[in-house]
This record gives sequence, C-alpha cells and structure tokens, in this order.
Amino acid sequence: MTAPADFDQGAFVRALLDPELPPPNGLETPRGFSPEKRFAVYRNNVCVGLVDALSERFPVCWQLVGEEFFRAMAHCYMREFLPCAPMLFEYGGGFATFVSQFEPARELSYLSDVARLEYAVGQAYHAEDAAPLTIGSVRALPPDRLENATATLHPSTQVIASTYPIVSIWRQHMSGEEMTPLDLNRGEEALVVRPELEIRVSTLPAGGAVFVDALQDRQTFGEAVNAATAVATDFDLTACLRELILAEAFVAIRVAH
Amino acid sequence: MSDKKLRAAIAIAGAFATAVTLAETAKAAKAEQEKCFGVSLKGKNDCAAGPGTSCAGTSKTDYQGGAWKYVPKGTCSAIVTPKGKGSLEPLPN
Amino acid sequence: MHFADIEASAPDVGFFEIHAENYMGAGGAPHAQLTRLRRDFPLSIHGVGLSIGGAEPLDREHLARVKTLVDRYKPAAFSEHLAWSTQGGRFLNDLLALPYNASTLTHVVAHVNEIQEALARPILIENPAAYLRFQSSDYSEIEFLREVVRRTDCRLLLDVTNAYISATNLGFSAEDYIDAFPMSFVEEIHLAGYAEDADEVGDPLLIDAHCAPVQEGVWRLYVHALSRCRPVATLIEWDNDVPPWKVLFAQAMRAESFLARRRSAVEDNSISAAIQ
Repeated sequence: MTAPADFDQGAFVRALLDPELPPPNGLETPRGFSPEKRFAVYRNNVCVGLVDALSERFPVCWQLVGEEFFRAMAHCYMREFLPCAPMLFEYGGGFATFVSQFEPARELSYLSDVARLEYAVGQAYHAEDAAPLTIGSVRALPPDRLENATATLHPSTQVIASTYPIVSIWRQHMSGEEMTPLDLNRGEEALVVRPELEIRVSTLPAGGAVFVDALQDRQTFGEAVNAATAVATDFDLTACLRELILAEAFVAIRVAH
Repeated sequence: MSDKKLRAAIAIAGAFATAVTLAETAKAAKAEQEKCFGVSLKGKNDCAAGPGTSCAGTSKTDYQGGAWKYVPKGTCSAIVTPKGKGSLEPLPN
Repeated sequence: MHFADIEASAPDVGFFEIHAENYMGAGGAPHAQLTRLRRDFPLSIHGVGLSIGGAEPLDREHLARVKTLVDRYKPAAFSEHLAWSTQGGRFLNDLLALPYNASTLTHVVAHVNEIQEALARPILIENPAAYLRFQSSDYSEIEFLREVVRRTDCRLLLDVTNAYISATNLGFSAEDYIDAFPMSFVEEIHLAGYAEDADEVGDPLLIDAHCAPVQEGVWRLYVHALSRCRPVATLIEWDNDVPPWKVLFAQAMRAESFLARRRSAVEDNSISAAIQ
C-alpha cells in the first residue's frame, strides 16, 4: 500500500477564499450530494470571522461609513490581506493604507487617518507595561539640564498627525456624545498613550507628532524642539509638554552630566 | 554656550516649569469630568482593542463579495461643518 | 467580557478557560485581568492557532508565544484542536478539517510531540466539528485520535457538541461515537450551543457557532458521556452573541449538577467496591 499523497491544503485555501471556484476535490457528503453548501461553512467562517475582527477593531470607521459599506470594504481587505499570525488583535495593520487607496471611500478623505488612530488605540491596549513618571518627578528635574536631556516614552505611546480633526471625530463617536460641528479643514495631531490600563487619546499642538517622534528616536529635547519647529514654526512647546505630562507619556527623562 | 543655545535652554526649562503647573491644574480640575468620559470610553475600548480570537464557527452567511454597489451610509453625513450638515469635502479656506 | 461581573460576584465556578491568542500581547488590561483571574480560579488555556493538523512545520514563533503564556500562568491544562488554521504563512481564523490517513497522522503526531516537548507537559487535543468527509480518509476520527494518543501520550478534550454536530452532519450515531471514544484519556469536556441549517438537499447541517444555550440533545449526550468517564472539568463555550453573565453562569451550573451526580455515583461505586 502506498502512502496517500499529502493533503493539498493550498487548493483547499484557494477554494476557501474564492467563492467563484468549486470546492476542492476529494470531499464527500453522507448521501453523495454536492459538498458546496457544507464547504461554504468554512468559507463563511473565514470571511465573517475576519470581517467581524475588523469591525471590532475599527468601530469608529464602522460608524462613519455604516455597517453595509464597512463590511463590504473589510471583505475586500481580507481577500487581499489575511492575518500573518494567529493573534487577531494584530490584524488590520495595513487597513488604513488600504482604505486610503480604496476608490469607493475616496470622498471620505479622513477615513484612513481615523483608521490609523483606531489601530494605534488597539496597539496601545496590548502594549508593554511601564511605570510612568509622576508629575512630581518631572517637576524635580534640574531645569538647566533639560535641553540636553533625553526621554523614554511609555511603550504604548504613538502619534498620528492628520490634516483632519481625527481626535475630535474619534472622541465624538466613542463617547456617544452629540455630534458638534467640526471644521474638517482643521488638522489634529493625536497622542495615544496607555500609562496604566486606560487608554488616553489627546491632541498635541502642531508639530507635536514630530516632537514625539524625535524623542522616541532618542534625540534630546533641544533637538526635538528644532525638529518640531522645522515643520511648525509656531510650535507650542509648553502646550505639547503639558499634554505629554497629563497623558503620563514619560517613563524616564535622563539629564546629561 | 552660545547666546542662541542659552536662549533655547532657558525656553525649554521655562516650558517644562509652566507645563508641569498647567498639567497639575488640569489634572485637578478635570478629575471628575474625565471620570465620566473614561467610563463610556472604557466599555468600548474592550472591543476597540481588538476582538477575541474564537474557535467557534458562525451561522451568519457572508462570503460572496460580489460587485461593488455600496455607498457610505454612516455618520459621515452627521459630521456637521460650519458650512452646513453633510459636507464631506474639506471646506474652502 | 464579563470580567467585572466575575470579580464582583466571585462565583463558585470550577475553572475559567481563555483563548491563548487573546493574551499574547506584551501587557495592558488582558494580562492584568488574567493575573487576577488566575489568582482566584484554576485556569485552562485553549489555543486556536498552532495548526496541529497542517502538513507544514509548526510556526515556531507561535509555539514560543504559547510557551511564554503557559510558563507565566501555569494553567491546569493547555488544549488545542485536531484541525489546521494556517497555510503558507497566512492565518485563516477557522478550524479546518483534515483527512485521517497515514500521511496526516505523521504530521499530527510530530506536531503534538513537538508542542509537548516545548511545553514540557502533555496537552489536550479536541475533536473537531465536521461538516464533510474526505475521500482520502483511511481512519475513522476515533481511530485517528487513538493513534495520536498512543504515539504521543497526549490527553483528550471531548467536545460533546462537536460530536453531536459531526454525527448529525455525517449521519452516524453520536452515542456510538461517545461509546468508542477513548474516555480514559479525556481530561476536559466542552459544551456549546450550535446553529441549525440544512444543505442543498435538505439534510441537516449543524454549525458549531457557540451562539446559543446548549441544546437538549447535547445535554443528553453529555450525560451519556459522563456515565462512561470520570467527572471531568466541563466548560460551557459561548463566544458569539455572548449573553449576560448570569445566563452563562446558569448553563455552567446545569453542567455542574450533572457532574455532582456523577461524582456521587463514582463515590458510591468505590464504597461498594470497598465493601466487597
């Protein structure tokens, strides 16, 4: 007796993902009829499971376009991009980019940046723990050494700069508050931090995202101010630090000796 | 230390001092208010934070895809702009 | 999902089970909650991502993540499925069926051995819900599971609902399946509610949807299974359209009442054996 050939999982997966294809060869039903509908259980599980995962991952985008549109768009994404790992909380890393190139959503130009913010919120939820600096210990830092100091930000810290008011859009939808008029022309730079267990989303002044990026790159506060001022001449350092301190984004600030 | 560098150092030290004070004030003032917001946010964060992996199947049929025929019907039209409701395009400057 | 209710009511529940893959982030609320849960209750960890039934080598990174989790929380049991879910580096998020033959047996045995070696403990393998059969199957599911147990010394997780679903979908007797199941290796039982559909020719098609209360037919099969094994830990699986905690808790209590009956029956037997 010869050993049976390896089960062709590739063919199984191709048929799973393409409903135009017939079910793979070699399937049987109890009375010998077509396996189409039974195979569809698997097709459906894969599709609905991943679309549901995206729906839960991007709840504000879901609200922004409505269920029907969102599910159809998520369906297109999942056909093109399956998860690379079994942790569904990592799924959707490319969704914002996909949305930005998705023709039917073109008029909703802010949708992609809202998706980026939502993904960052999810990443923050699962990020590594670290104890934030207290306001008291920030106050105790030697003022004359701060320019050359470097910072370690909380591992959950992420910034997203947008030309749209993404934080306001996100907050209105997440809080269930009544929609208030938003000027779509007013960009916002989002700061996402999860210092303890609760996620904080706040707005940084213009240039704030570049400032945070520079600090995460281990640049000094002086260098980070220069980088921020290069993109926003009126960069408000005080307001930016206030938000970072309030959000408890600093884990350590090292002064030079 | 050059004059310019000195000015930068003073500006950064000043910004830190003011920011710490502002943060302390804001934290005290917003403690109550943030609590309300925090609760409603937290419930949804559980799902926003990534769905649960499951070993269950589903009975909701949705795998066909098909021709693109959907139009956004969500709250995008509820984003009201100063120029009126439903404006999806950026406002002219 | 019901974490606050569980903390508030400190319910008299035997154990909790979590999906491994939801706790593979670095930190945050999931680990904070799980740490507290583990402190107060026995824990069982249930994986969905190792793709044991696949022909491809195991995802070593994923196995390392499972090991980290198991080492950290030291659960009473770690279980996985007789199924596959990954192909070509893509995770399909479903427990897919495999044919039962010499070739697939070789892969499953190698995978179970590798996992047990990495975790330094026996794992539990769960019987799947079947919707179809493969022409290339040479073994019955029971024969296949027996061979896996014999060659790896793993243990089994009997999903009574899956047995009921497979029997209905493939037209065999669920009681016969349970009677043939290697019960002495069963260390955990799962119960769940299924969804009902029909195929093209009107034959019943049950789906393992975990979206409803456990149906009466499944309860009967559970009682039948219990009469043939030790009163093993039983879990109510409900992860779609999850009801309020008290509904879920009531289902768990019903399972517990059957288990309690089985426990006293086992005690009676051992007493009578001692008298003889």
